[in-house]
Amino acid sequence: MNSTLHQYRLENVRKLFGRQQAALDGIDLEINQGEKIALIGPSGAGKTTLFRLLNCTLRPTSGKLYIDGEDVDLLHGKRLRHVRRRIGSVYQQHNLVPRLRVIHNVLAGQLGRWPTLRSLLSLCQPNDVELAHNALSQVEIADKIFERTDELSGGQQQRVAIARVLVQDPEVVLADEPVSSVDPTLASTIVRLLIDISHNTHKTLLVSLHSVDLALAYFPRVIGIKQGRAVFDLSPDKISDDMLEDLYSGNFRDHAVTETTSGNIETIAYPSLS
Amino acid sequence: MFLDSWKRAGIAPELFFSTRGRESLWKFLTGMIPPDLSWSFLSLMLRPALETIQISLWGTVIAVLIGFPLGLLGTNTLAVRGILNDAELQGAPVRRSLRYGVYLMARGALSLFRSIPEFVWAFMFVRAVGLGPFPGVLAIGVAYGGMLGKVYSEIFEAVNYRPLEALQSTGANKLQIFFYGWFPQALPNFVSYTLYRWECAVRASAILGLVGAGGLGQQIEISMRMFNFNEVLTILIILFLMVAGVDYLSAKVRALL
Repeated sequence: MNSTLHQYRLENVRKLFGRQQAALDGIDLEINQGEKIALIGPSGAGKTTLFRLLNCTLRPTSGKLYIDGEDVDLLHGKRLRHVRRRIGSVYQQHNLVPRLRVIHNVLAGQLGRWPTLRSLLSLCQPNDVELAHNALSQVEIADKIFERTDELSGGQQQRVAIARVLVQDPEVVLADEPVSSVDPTLASTIVRLLIDISHNTHKTLLVSLHSVDLALAYFPRVIGIKQGRAVFDLSPDKISDDMLEDLYSGNFRDHAVTETTSGNIETIAYPSLS
Repeated sequence: MFLDSWKRAGIAPELFFSTRGRESLWKFLTGMIPPDLSWSFLSLMLRPALETIQISLWGTVIAVLIGFPLGLLGTNTLAVRGILNDAELQGAPVRRSLRYGVYLMARGALSLFRSIPEFVWAFMFVRAVGLGPFPGVLAIGVAYGGMLGKVYSEIFEAVNYRPLEALQSTGANKLQIFFYGWFPQALPNFVSYTLYRWECAVRASAILGLVGAGGLGQQIEISMRMFNFNEVLTILIILFLMVAGVDYLSAKVRALL
């Protein structure tokens, strides 16, 4: 009823792959505009699926998901793309196009605004060098602008991915394990960078993290996810060691199991894509 | 299965050693040597050789023009399946069946084009537009369009989908996702397979000459009918040089990518 007040509102959201495996098993969540939230939990818990629901890549199997009061079940075609445009994503593996030059990967953040023809012409003659340059300056790799993306290091590529989000200039920034493939110092730098860019422009920020320390240190709200359910949703000072232990408990044995089943989920749902 | 096929295919190596088989093979081979390298014959072959290259080149261009769009429509992960279609198609049965229909039609057209051999196409086009190189171009264009389209769709299905997922999440439409993510990733395979097909088209356009579609094939037919086997060898050498030349060119192009 007052779902319009929230950036996101999830009511008993479930996502099934292949009819029996529940990747998400009844999530209720409300997220306000401008909040900074960390998501933690064992791998295979459903964090990535949750992100894919939140950025409208996947759609809930059942339950309701509202974005700015809009029911995503009713979004198709142009309206779906408009909502996606307002949500920027950063991924664990950067998800850049390796063979393109950095500038094209950065300007890809504009695709939701550019007409198709203009975006194609930009591949021949970059359309807005200044915009790309500004974004890359903010992440401090402006000198790489014309290099081929696959020639950059992992950390640099993650910065390019963040520059792409800067160009996209969304209302929400979702980052799915953005630092799990970089070293600890760089990890906190990138987390701080994400917080800074979303703070300055009052964006909502959701980051899932492998590192509990980073989550507790930088985020005022931390959500623990396990087996497709939210087990806690608190400010860091209220999260006890017991809760954390519970969150990751039974995981050493389960770990391998969930890891492989989550792999299966992918292959069942999208065999030819993976 | 293999044994059965052996029998039914009439494979009989002993025929090579029978007197009759040996004699006529010998006559054919010795008849070819030495190749006719006289200037008068070579200069006569210049035009047909050029024509063969031209047929294969334009045939391949038309094949790409047919195969690229149909291959695109026939790409499973672009049309109906996978992560690029989940949000769009879940709970939208009409949309899904519409997309699936287009997808099936594209696959069907591609199968039809490539299941009919190129010389049958040439035969039909000769009837339609008359003798000469043009029916050869059309025949290669249609038959190879079917092959290219099928392989293109497989190349497109095999690219890493993660960058595509990211492009989609910026609000890009399918065409933008294709040209920013799909095509750049598929480009090396796309180019090398297309060039390989051009190489095949050089050879095929020689065969097409046999049904009156111009080029070197027509010359082979004439020389064979007149039992001038040394001319046949010359033409085969020219063909070999052309195929090797195309191969060299394609290696150069691939090195650029």
